[in-house]
Amino acid sequence: MAARAVGLVALAALVALPPLLPKYFLEVLISVLFYAYLGESWNVLGGYAGQFSFGHAAFFGIGAYTSTLLFLRLAVSPWIGMVAGGLLAAGFGLFAGSLSFRYGLRGPYFSLVTLAFAEMLRVVAVNTKAVGSSLGLSIAPRSAPALFLFDGKLPYYYVILAMALGAVLLTRAIERSKLGYALHAVRENEDAAEAAGVDTLAMKLRAMAISSFLTALGGTFYAQYYGYIDPSLTFGPAVSIQGLLQAIVGGAGTVLGPFVGSFVLTPISELSRAALRGRAGADVMLYGLILVLVISFLPHGLVGWFRRR
Amino acid sequence: MTWGLLLQAVISGLLLGGVYGLVASGLTLIFGVLRIINFAHGAIMMLAMYASYWLHALGGVDPYLSILLTAPLFFVLGVGVQRVVIEPNRRAAEHNQLLLTLGLALFLENLALVLWQGDFRTVRSAISGTSFMLGDALVEGARLVACAGAVVVCVGLFAWLRLTDAGKALRALAEEPEGAALMGIDVTRIRGVAFGMGAACVAVAGALVTPFFYVAPDVGESFNIMAFVVVVLGGMGNFLGALLGGFVIGLAESLGATLLPGSLKYLVVFLLFVLVLLLRPEGIFGGARGR
Repeated sequence: MAARAVGLVALAALVALPPLLPKYFLEVLISVLFYAYLGESWNVLGGYAGQFSFGHAAFFGIGAYTSTLLFLRLAVSPWIGMVAGGLLAAGFGLFAGSLSFRYGLRGPYFSLVTLAFAEMLRVVAVNTKAVGSSLGLSIAPRSAPALFLFDGKLPYYYVILAMALGAVLLTRAIERSKLGYALHAVRENEDAAEAAGVDTLAMKLRAMAISSFLTALGGTFYAQYYGYIDPSLTFGPAVSIQGLLQAIVGGAGTVLGPFVGSFVLTPISELSRAALRGRAGADVMLYGLILVLVISFLPHGLVGWFRRR
Repeated sequence: MTWGLLLQAVISGLLLGGVYGLVASGLTLIFGVLRIINFAHGAIMMLAMYASYWLHALGGVDPYLSILLTAPLFFVLGVGVQRVVIEPNRRAAEHNQLLLTLGLALFLENLALVLWQGDFRTVRSAISGTSFMLGDALVEGARLVACAGAVVVCVGLFAWLRLTDAGKALRALAEEPEGAALMGIDVTRIRGVAFGMGAACVAVAGALVTPFFYVAPDVGESFNIMAFVVVVLGGMGNFLGALLGGFVIGLAESLGATLLPGSLKYLVVFLLFVLVLLLRPEGIFGGARGR
């Protein structure tokens, strides 16, 4: 009950406080929720199914590019483009997943193949003039809510809040569903799960489809919020790492892990950026250190550590 | 497309391929013994390149000569990193070990960025800029030396593994970890040696490429990815495969660059990578077993 009360208070604060916050803190909070969302999306496949993708940037980029190209070239609202991007990413995820899973790629080999898929898309994007090559694509700022463009940061905040909470609720539903139990079995011992009659291939593919769909929506949010995308910002390895980092630090395979991860990591990154102004890389250096420390001392993440105490 | 261009592509590809082979040998050595894919391999190479750069910039040491200092230094550094960071997590889940080296790579790469900014730096050796013609193709002296040096070190490493006690212990550990421990091999020490040797390999490779390459915090990334591709192609833990794979990937990259526009050459490399992973995860030249 206490946990539920804390959760409700936190939720009320997330909904009610932001209009009162100065612009800088609002921006930080948007980043926190954005990375929490990416972490939640990665978590479905990486945390629950135990398939450590190093290539979620592929889905993120597909989402960002699909909605942006549909908008710029065909004047399709990014709200619709977002769904199109999600479906396209899920399709690509199913393709990449069925290839990798059918050929029995597990553990680090799966990580490597997903990394390669994302890098291939990045190279294609860099070399394709029609999608802006390495110059990228810009969306001019204006106020048009029907086109996912808002005046000021606050509306974006509520969009990403809704997306992040939606991802949490979906994850919770998955955890308690038949799919959740099957994924748990796959993660703990795939061969045993298969022997016990779990269709492990189908289960992993389902997790892949959900995870890639969600990640792509994050790509569209990024494009609309920042108004600019390019191949390395969207398909680059940094995007894949950002997603998994939140989940690993917070606790992979737990509903709130990525949220906790992002609420710890993102402010640290912002602070280190502010403290070491003009020193590019300080924040990512700190991330690397935190990753090493978390794996060494809290292998189940912050949530896992808290539960085990 | 002329024969001259093609010949040029083949020669450039083979020359860089030798270096890929050396980088990949280090990676495959670490994988063979520690069973981890070292994501920090390229970052360690980058640090070694900076070491050669600073020795040159501050002390006027020729990059080739700097190997005498950087190779032992990075061996010790590698042993230290293995002891402090990797060894305590030896029993961690496989994916966590992968993340551990990923964290290490992020840390080292961005440490370099914080310390030395993102500027591209270059080092000139006495033979930078020398070249000769082979038929219609231009052969740069520095690239030829890099390839030859890499092959010599690979052969040396191979001989070390075959002929010395430490090398034999290392191979024993790669093939039968429990058996090796039962035979009284100090497995903890040997794991450190393996990581140290891997780091020394990239220290040499780094010094060999600095006379014709740039030095920057992210310079290791492309070598790292190439080494993954090479190691998978050659078979995880297979040394001869790593060297041969290095030449194959060097060729593929260079031919791709000649035949395809822009940076699409990487598409060829990654496509090859995915295909090998899917079809022959034990590598074209077979895995570590029996080698």
